[in-house]
Amino acid sequence: MSHPDQPTPRIVLKGIRKAYPSVVANDGIDLEVQPGEIHAVVGENGAGKSTLMKVIYGVTRPDAGEILWEGRPVRIHNPAQARELGIGMVFQHFSLFETLSVTQNVALAMPGPFDLVGLARRIVEVSERYGLPVDPHRLVHDLSVGERQRVEIIRCLLQSPRLLILDEPTSVLTPQAVRKLFETLRQLAAEGCSILYISHKLDEIQELCHKATVLRGGRVTGSCVPAQETPKTIARMMIGEDLPVFQHGEPTGGGEVRLRLENLSLVPEDPFGVVLRNVNLEVHSGEIVGIAGVSGNGQQELLWAISGEEPTREGESVQVCGVPAGRMDSSRRRSLGLCFVPEERLGRGAVPRLSLTENILLTAYRKGMLVLGLIRFGSARRFAEDCIKRFDVKCGGPDSEAKSLSGGNLQKFIVGREIMQNPKLLVLAQPTWGVDVGAASFIRRQLLDLRESGTAILVVSEELDELFEICDRLVVISKGCLSPPKVTSETGVEEIGVWMSGLWPGDAVGGSGEAPDVA
Amino acid sequence: MWLRIEPRPEPSRLMRYLSPLLAVALMLTCGMVLFKVLGKSPVEGFKVFFLQPMADRYGVAELFLKATPLMLCAVGLSVGFRGNVWNIGAEGQLLMGALAGGGLALHFPASQSPFLLPAMFVAGALGGMLWAAIPAWLRTRFNANEILTSLMLVYIAELVVSWLVHGPWKDPDGFNFPQTRLFQAKAIIPVLVEGTRVNAALLVAIGALVVGWIFMNRSFLGYQMKVSGQAERAGRYAGFSARRTVWLGMLVGGCCAGLAGVSEVAGPIGQITEHISPGYGFAAMIVAFVGRLEPVGIFFASLLMALLYMGGEQAQQYLSLPYSISKVFQGLLLFFLLGSDVFIHFRLRLVRGRK
Repeated sequence: MSHPDQPTPRIVLKGIRKAYPSVVANDGIDLEVQPGEIHAVVGENGAGKSTLMKVIYGVTRPDAGEILWEGRPVRIHNPAQARELGIGMVFQHFSLFETLSVTQNVALAMPGPFDLVGLARRIVEVSERYGLPVDPHRLVHDLSVGERQRVEIIRCLLQSPRLLILDEPTSVLTPQAVRKLFETLRQLAAEGCSILYISHKLDEIQELCHKATVLRGGRVTGSCVPAQETPKTIARMMIGEDLPVFQHGEPTGGGEVRLRLENLSLVPEDPFGVVLRNVNLEVHSGEIVGIAGVSGNGQQELLWAISGEEPTREGESVQVCGVPAGRMDSSRRRSLGLCFVPEERLGRGAVPRLSLTENILLTAYRKGMLVLGLIRFGSARRFAEDCIKRFDVKCGGPDSEAKSLSGGNLQKFIVGREIMQNPKLLVLAQPTWGVDVGAASFIRRQLLDLRESGTAILVVSEELDELFEICDRLVVISKGCLSPPKVTSETGVEEIGVWMSGLWPGDAVGGSGEAPDVA
Repeated sequence: MWLRIEPRPEPSRLMRYLSPLLAVALMLTCGMVLFKVLGKSPVEGFKVFFLQPMADRYGVAELFLKATPLMLCAVGLSVGFRGNVWNIGAEGQLLMGALAGGGLALHFPASQSPFLLPAMFVAGALGGMLWAAIPAWLRTRFNANEILTSLMLVYIAELVVSWLVHGPWKDPDGFNFPQTRLFQAKAIIPVLVEGTRVNAALLVAIGALVVGWIFMNRSFLGYQMKVSGQAERAGRYAGFSARRTVWLGMLVGGCCAGLAGVSEVAGPIGQITEHISPGYGFAAMIVAFVGRLEPVGIFFASLLMALLYMGGEQAQQYLSLPYSISKVFQGLLLFFLLGSDVFIHFRLRLVRGRK
C-alpha cells in the first residue's frame, strides 16, 4: 500500500471556509492529496464533507481559502472547468436526467462531438473493464439506485480523470461488487489517479485508503493512516465519543404471521423491471427478517407489491396480518397495521416542498389527526416535534420544508414517522443508507426495540453488515426469485454473498422452473 | 459588468407575493406606452381605463358584478391547479352550467316556487360538472391530456349554445334574434343594492371562496390533492388515489364554473344569448394565478380583472379604442406575471468583470 512519492501534490487546499446563513459548513480546512493516493474524508452527516467536495468540484465557491492544482493556484468556477482540469466526481445524490438513456446522460457531460453510437460502445468497454455492468440504452428512470451509481462512475471514468471524488460509493453494492470496485480504484490509483473517498464505513477506509482526514463540525479534527488505526479510534475522532454497543437479544420467535407472501408472481408495468417469480415468505411478530441482494434484482418490485403501490392480481398473494391484501392500495394496507420506509426519501417518502408537519400527515394521519375530514394541525405538529426530538433530526423545526433537510436527517425523520405509529408490520428499504454511523446505530437500536415489543420487521438492504447485525433470519433475492430463509447465526457473509449471485441449493436458479402467468 | 440569473437557494416567499403586484405595475406602465403609441394621452387613458369605472356607486357595484363569475371560476380552477389538474375548459363548463340552469327557468315559465332559483343553481353546478366529467373520464380511462380535451370541449359548448338559441330554444316572439325568452321574475337572482345590478350571486361566490379556503388549507382531501399534485410518487406511497385527484379537480372546477354560468344568465343577462360570457372562463385562469391560487388573492385579483373588463368598455366609449384593448391588458398581465414569477426561484446578480 505505497504510493509514488512525487514533489508536487495533485491538489492542496489551504484554509477553505464556506459559511451558509445558518451554519459554517467548512472552517479553515487544509487537505493535501498526492498523485496516486487514495485519501479518505470521513465525518458524520453535516460535518462538511459534501460541501468541501463541492468546493473542489466547482459547484460551490468558498468564502476564503486557496486551492493549488498540481502546484498552481486555481479558482474553480464551475464543474465544467473542474472536469477540464481533470477532476471527476460521483455524487451521493445522483445528477442524472431520468427521462434520458444512459448514453444520453453520459453524452451531456462529455466534451467534443456528439456521437451516441460510439459513446455507447465506449460505455460498454469501460463497464466491462471495470466490472460495472450497465445497459447503455436503458432509461435512467428505470434503473435502480445501484445501477445509477454505476452510470455516474462510468461517466467519470470515461474522461480519464486525474482526481476522482467518490461520495459514499459502496452503500449500494454487494461485498463482491465492493471488492471489484476497490480493485478498480486501486487500478486507477496505480495508474496515477488520485482519489478522494468519502465514506463513513470505517472498515472500508481501513482496507482501501492510504490516508484519512477526519472532519467534525466543519473543522479538521484529525488525520491518520487508517491502516495504523482501528475502526474504534477513527470513530472516536469522528463523533468525539465511543460508539454505543448493543446486544442482539434472542429472537422471541413463534409469533403470529404478520406478513405472508404466497406464490407472489408479478410482471411490473415497467418493461425494464424485474419479473417476480413465485415469491414465498413469512415474517412473524417479534422477528426481523432481512432480504439481501444486489440492487436491481427485484427488490423495488417486491417492495411495491408489499407496500401496495403496485397491487397484485390475487388478493391471497400478499397477506398482511392474516388479511388477503394483494388487491388493496397502500392506504388500506396501512389500515391493517403496515408501515413502510421507501428507498427514495424525497418525492416518495416525503414531499419535498411541504413542511415536516405536513409530511407527518402523509402516513401518520390515522393517529388522531383528522376530525370530520379536516386536519388537526396542532396534533400533526406535536407528532412532528416528537419525531424530531426522539430521532434527533437536525432541522429548523416542524415548519422546515422536507427538501431543506440533508439526506440522513430526512431518513431519520421518515423512519421516525413510521416507527412512531407503532406498526404491527414494518417494512424498510435501505433504512440507514447515507445516514452517519451514530444515527445508523440509533436506528438499528430502535428497530431491535420495536422487535422486542412484538412488531414484525422486514428489512431490504444492500448492506450485508447491517443485515447480519440486526436480522434473525435472512433471505436472498436474485433475478426476481427468493432463496429459502436462513437463520442468521447459522450462515455467514461468504455464503450469503454466493447466494446473491443466484446460486442457492434446492429449487435454485431462476425459481422452481414453473412460473405461472409470467415469462 | 453584466447581469446573471442564478437559482435562489430557497424559493423567495416575498417574491411569491410581490410578483403579482410587480406584474400589475408593469402592465400599467406598458399600457401607458400603448396609449401613447395609439395617439392618446397616457394620463387621460389611465383615468378612463382605471379610475372612471370606479368613479361612482354604480361603477363599484358593476365591478363586483363582473368579479362574481371570475371569483367562482377561479376558485374552482385553483383547487384543480393545486393538484396538477389543468382544467382549461372553465369557459365551456360555464356555458353548460348556464344552459342547464337557464333551461330549467325556461321549462317552468310560470312557476312561483321559491325553490326555482336554488334549483337553477344546482342544475347549473351539475351541468358544469357533467361537462368537466368528460375530460376527467378521458384522462383517467385513456390517459388523454385534460388540457387539450377540456379546451376542445369549450368550442363544442359554444356551438351547442349557438344551436339552441338559433333553433329549439329561440324566442318565438323575438323577431328572429338568436336568444331565448326572458326569464320570469322568480328565475332572476335578487339584486343586493337597490339601483345597481350587483346581485346575490356575489354571496354565492364569496361562500365558494370560504369553502374553497377550508377545502384547500384545512381538509384532508385538499391535502391529498396537494400531495398528488406536487409529488405523484409520494401520493402513491401514501395510498392517495391519483384518479380521485383528477376527478375532484375537474368536478370542483366544473361545479364552480357552472354556478358562474347561472349567475350570468339569471343575473345581468336574464336570458340565454349567444354571448353569455366575454371569456370569463379563460380570464379566470389569469385570476387564479395572479391570486396565487389562494382565495384571498383570488378575491382581489378578480376585482382587478373585472376592472380591466370595464376599462375596456370605457376605452371603447371615451377613447374610441377597440374593446379588444381589455384582452390586450389581460395578456400583458399574464405575460408579466409569468415573467415576474421567474424571480421566485431565481435572482438577478450583478457580476463584475469576467464574462
